[in-house]
Amino acid sequence: MQNALCSKTMHLLSLTPEGIYCARGGFHIDPVRPVRRAVVTHAHADHCRPGHEALLATPETLAIAGVRYGAEAFGSKQALPYGERQKVGDVTVSLVPAGHVLGSAQVVVEADGRREVVSGDYKRRADPSCAPFEVVTCDLFVTEATFGLPVFTHPPVEGEIARLIASRTQFPERCHAVGTYALGKAQRLIMELRAAGYERPIWLHGALTKLCDLYGEWGRHLGPLAQATVAEAKQLQGEIVLAPPGALADRWARRLPDPVIVGASGWMRVRQRAKQRGVELALVISDHADWPELIETIAETQAGEIWVTHGAEEALCHYCTGLGIQARPLSLLGREDEGE
Amino acid sequence: MKAFARLLEALVFTPGRNAKLAHLQRYFAETPDPDRGWALAAIAGDLALPNVTASRIRGLVEERVDPVLFRLSYDYVGDLAETVALIWPGEGDTPPRLSEVVSRLQQTGTASAGAVLADLCDRMGPSERLALIKLATGGLRVGVSARLARTALAGYSGRDLERIEELWFAIEPPYTALFSWLEGGPEPALDLDLAFRPMMLANPVEGRLESLDPAEYAAEWKWDGVRIQAVAFRGERRLYTRTGDEISGSFPDVIASMTWQGAVDGELLVMRDGAVASFADLQKRLGRKRVGAKTMAVNPAHLRLYDLLHDGTTDLRPLPLAERRSALADWLRAADPDATDLSADVPFESWDDLAELRAGARAEGQEGLMLKRLDAAYTGGRPMGPWFKWKRDPLTADCVILYAQRGHGKRSSFYSDYTFGAWNGADLVPVGKAYSGFTDAELRELDAWVRNNTVERYGPVRAVKSDLVVEVAFDALQRSTRHKSGIAMRFPRIKRIRWDKPAGEADTLRSLQALLG
Repeated sequence: MQNALCSKTMHLLSLTPEGIYCARGGFHIDPVRPVRRAVVTHAHADHCRPGHEALLATPETLAIAGVRYGAEAFGSKQALPYGERQKVGDVTVSLVPAGHVLGSAQVVVEADGRREVVSGDYKRRADPSCAPFEVVTCDLFVTEATFGLPVFTHPPVEGEIARLIASRTQFPERCHAVGTYALGKAQRLIMELRAAGYERPIWLHGALTKLCDLYGEWGRHLGPLAQATVAEAKQLQGEIVLAPPGALADRWARRLPDPVIVGASGWMRVRQRAKQRGVELALVISDHADWPELIETIAETQAGEIWVTHGAEEALCHYCTGLGIQARPLSLLGREDEGE
Repeated sequence: MKAFARLLEALVFTPGRNAKLAHLQRYFAETPDPDRGWALAAIAGDLALPNVTASRIRGLVEERVDPVLFRLSYDYVGDLAETVALIWPGEGDTPPRLSEVVSRLQQTGTASAGAVLADLCDRMGPSERLALIKLATGGLRVGVSARLARTALAGYSGRDLERIEELWFAIEPPYTALFSWLEGGPEPALDLDLAFRPMMLANPVEGRLESLDPAEYAAEWKWDGVRIQAVAFRGERRLYTRTGDEISGSFPDVIASMTWQGAVDGELLVMRDGAVASFADLQKRLGRKRVGAKTMAVNPAHLRLYDLLHDGTTDLRPLPLAERRSALADWLRAADPDATDLSADVPFESWDDLAELRAGARAEGQEGLMLKRLDAAYTGGRPMGPWFKWKRDPLTADCVILYAQRGHGKRSSFYSDYTFGAWNGADLVPVGKAYSGFTDAELRELDAWVRNNTVERYGPVRAVKSDLVVEVAFDALQRSTRHKSGIAMRFPRIKRIRWDKPAGEADTLRSLQALLG
């Protein structure tokens, strides 16, 4: 693998056991282990881990990391807002919106007229809870491939939200319990529900409240929220409850009155998978690029070389190779599905 | 097609019976003829379409999609129909009506089926494509029985389920006349002679025996075969299962023996030299499209009659059982068909007499006793009171719980499905899986025990310490080549949790093998 990455081109980025590394800047990007200097794309736990001596990220990402890990988790923190350029060692670093969750960024590394971009996780669909993805043309584009198979095409989010609202009308005495990751997906769902005209309080599992409050502080208004954990079962009849998927499959869910378990992720596209997850209503709503978005983005970056970090690398690499674009799977360890 | 696809999707994901009924009722109420009728036929398994093979469908998609990407996608999705539905290029927005899909598939010969399917796929989105491919390949598998679909018809229309069932078997898809009647129109005029008559089913007697008066009941053996209804009128003969599926094709020997006129209720058995063979032998005859002479010679089928529903001139169902039974005996004597006999009365004075007989019943084919009220008419469904089944005591074994899996629906937060094993030397080999038999309180205890004694997790499954013994009850034990243990239990359930029993004292595989039928 190491050899495969050593081509004649002088890359700014390389791969180390900790993850992607920029030797000339002396920093890692989204390292899986604590390092001296880390630049992180966004605050999901598999990209932003505690323990780095120095951390560079967008102000939003730093704020989220602060809520999740506390003030002592990192030696020092430096905020780099979207669009500003920062000299780090021998290279220039800038952060560009990735459209994944609040504060999520592509890391753009430049030196000697060469530009390499690590996209982290990203999507191209509109999302009211975060800044939209911006295309950066580059020489090397490092992409995810969570949904890197042509079976994954996410339908428009409005239609999926409408299905949730219709199911609530059909089963007015049941509670609709949506399994959702605490960072990003939950807030996006809430904002999409509001955009669809849903004004009732939305009931939250305790694991979601701090981050929802933080989104509010960053100007993402979520409307009336309530605590599901302390509610009476009767109060939850006919209501929408958001909770981590694990909680819905476990004892926490016993408090819910005859719940319709709702899944909201890109995996819901595959019926058998969705069924295995025990959902009764499968909404295809994802924070990751689907197959058409992945291939469209690869084309738009005009990159001659693609590295694929995690997901269905084989299919995406096969596709790029067919277009004459060099493509290599990195098979990064430690990447999860983000509750997707 | 959109509404049909949405219905299938909702049914696949809905575990609860009531919610399934709600989806079906809403669909029937909102969908016009003849689409709803075709949907009903498809769900109830009554829609025969020319089959398109999986390899044909695969060929169609490989003409349109990079074969490597298709293979990788298929590996991931695991289901051919779903992979094709999702990967098919384009998102057609002119989906045809379900009735158009059905009529095009019906009129298509094998040669052009692929082209028709491709054209239909082009006009649809992925959800409709999946419904289409499932239709074309046969087998919707949405977890709805024909009976549940008919229950939904009763629910949405307010008509009597029993009458719906009687008409159902005499009417063809798309059931337009049936829907018209359901919505207030006149009842369709049908020849019901050859149609399946909804069968009368029994409830378990356990816990009720003491409240029944033995003088009011007749007893007979409950034979361990397949309950059937056999119907013959004017030279036409049909054999139905108790759910109304026609199985005449698998049993030409039985059909040949039906030289009489009328309708009977009985048990289909395999008989050799006057003795009932094991259920496993009967299983070899079930589900066959073609039956060779050799199969029929090795496992000859036999009808053992319980009841006479129609004697060729009169519908006897409104008569009391005592009169039907004596009519059956006379009728059978007069008809004198081959390979057919009467399920004899079991005379008794008291429940204790009967209990003794039941305890002694170990003959092959005796599954227990039936108790039937002498004055009861024959009514379809499972009415409480007139008929009871009193199964013989199950076999039991003490086994050790090895794995636990979460249940579905209301039980999705509980580890409620248990795989258990028996000792084979120093190892425990899985011998069965059970998810019933315990009370809600016991389920909570088992769930807590599983959580506290997990040694490993594989997705929804937990491997647990080999510490907990359960007494498993089962109706019979059969040889199996599919299971590592070589045995398979029929209807295993958890009879008791043996918190007190050390795992080392659980049963061995060898002691289980001694119970093989």
